[in-house]
Amino acid sequence: MTFIRLRLNGCWLAPLMLLAALLAGTAIGETSIPVDTILKVLANKLWGAEYAVDRIDAGIIWNYRLSRAVVAACCGTSLALAGVVLQALLRNPLADPYLMGISAGASTGAVAVMVAGLGAGALTLSAGAFAGAGLAFGLVVLLAHAASSGTGGGRGTQAAGAIILAGIAGSQLFNALTAFIIAKSANAEQARGILFWLLGNLSGVRWTDAALALPAALGGLLICLWHRRALDAFTFGTDSAASMGIAVRPIRALLIIAMALVTAVMVSMVGAIGFVGLVIPHAMRFIVGSQHVRLVPASALAGALFLIGADILSRVIVPGQVLPIGVITSLIGAPAFALILVRGRRAT
Amino acid sequence: MNLSAENLGWRVHGHTLLENVSLEVAPGQTFGLIGPNGSGKTTLLRLLAGLSKPKAGRVLLDGKSLARMRQRHIAQSIALVEQQAETTDRIQVRQVVALGRTPFLSALRSWTEEDDAIVDQALVDVDMANMTGRLWHTLSGGERQRVHIARALAQQPKILLLDEPTNHLDIRHQLSILELVRQLPITVIITLHDLNQAMACDRLGIMDGGQLVAAGKPQAVLTSERLQQTFGVQAELLTTANGERLMRFYHA
Repeated sequence: MTFIRLRLNGCWLAPLMLLAALLAGTAIGETSIPVDTILKVLANKLWGAEYAVDRIDAGIIWNYRLSRAVVAACCGTSLALAGVVLQALLRNPLADPYLMGISAGASTGAVAVMVAGLGAGALTLSAGAFAGAGLAFGLVVLLAHAASSGTGGGRGTQAAGAIILAGIAGSQLFNALTAFIIAKSANAEQARGILFWLLGNLSGVRWTDAALALPAALGGLLICLWHRRALDAFTFGTDSAASMGIAVRPIRALLIIAMALVTAVMVSMVGAIGFVGLVIPHAMRFIVGSQHVRLVPASALAGALFLIGADILSRVIVPGQVLPIGVITSLIGAPAFALILVRGRRAT
Repeated sequence: MNLSAENLGWRVHGHTLLENVSLEVAPGQTFGLIGPNGSGKTTLLRLLAGLSKPKAGRVLLDGKSLARMRQRHIAQSIALVEQQAETTDRIQVRQVVALGRTPFLSALRSWTEEDDAIVDQALVDVDMANMTGRLWHTLSGGERQRVHIARALAQQPKILLLDEPTNHLDIRHQLSILELVRQLPITVIITLHDLNQAMACDRLGIMDGGQLVAAGKPQAVLTSERLQQTFGVQAELLTTANGERLMRFYHA
């Protein structure tokens, strides 16, 4: 029953685990850097200590690896939380952060900038992806709204179904647009670049990205924690949530929009990393149960640890080559999840 | 608390599900809603619970329109047990009942011992106190129904709305739930299919084709003409040894 002990000790264990993961993410790479060098560099940077360290090491640690590990943690947290929220609100175990067309829209935006030259160089890849994600999300919301008011009754279950179907329609549309732009104007080199971007790529990440990712992830975490009881109240569907005093429409709109925003920030930064948002929430439900007071922090932590770990593996698994992180998340995550699935079923 | 409806109407896709329904339920009363399938009982209950805003008319709680009240404040007075509410989550009986405290909690006002006591009592009331740790998916239909009722009781409602709560229950639990409901010192509005069980309500409302066609004392509204007209059955009236009246039904 290590899980129970883990839960009790979670309060002080969580930050320690996160710190250890960040240190590991900074230490491990093509050139291994000893932990005491990392700590010295951190002390120099954070508290102005003046330890003598190799300047190249210091640069790698501070400018490349640490910022990268921080962004990976933020992405993992955000995607896992978005998964928790969408699965809870839509009562669908297959819901994931990309359900509302965000990854499809982001890739269309990215491709429009990268290949079609939209914005004539003034628009960065991230900005294009973010705009695309926003556009797709807006379209899906409009479509879902039209579809659910068309079915009448105003029943929440119908609205949830409408959101899922609208998401599928929107995603397909934007995926087709992406394919169209690639087929029409991309050369082989660009196509390969796009494929890498779509599978997730943390290599271009710097502190400016972390400065955006950190508040987004923390904001998402706070919103989820604040509304943890509302998320619980959706256990038996929207009608039951409403009968227990949840203002279903505004709460659902707030949570979905917040999670869409956080997801769009992450996707436009590092691409559409799959698997995390779908599976981490399920894995955590097996371990800590479905009560959001535990599920939200557990998923936030697990998402962060998982993505830091996946990033480390993506850098070391094939020497001299960085694999797309999305490949690692699914390659490692799928068997790990299968294990949890089987053991969890046996436990009850 | 006084719950009343004025000229309620509800339509979906051009179909009228509810038309011009007015009723008033006095505090402490057990009000039974009966009627054939599709007569609008569930729709009426949803409007009375404030789950949907009526397309016509209004629902008043102590003279105040539900449409103008916050969902949270409605839920502090009115609880609803739906006909069917399922989940695939791995959730324990006690955690389900604890959801009933939602309208009284917030992000800042946390769970207290008093909430624990209320949840414990609700579990005792529905005879589920020995199953608190059981997972939802291991419960039978009847047990799930009782847990839902406990969850509604944990809301400590002044008005409890029950949509066919005896549907999945064996006869012993049917009777114990009805007895429990009758003894509650609160207003209860309950939809029922068993007309003999409905006779035990303080008042009955009969729904037919989206309209409330009769309301009043059970003996007064459940006449043989009404049974023929609304339910399409004949009834034979029997009197038991202790003077209770029973109906036996056969095809018209």
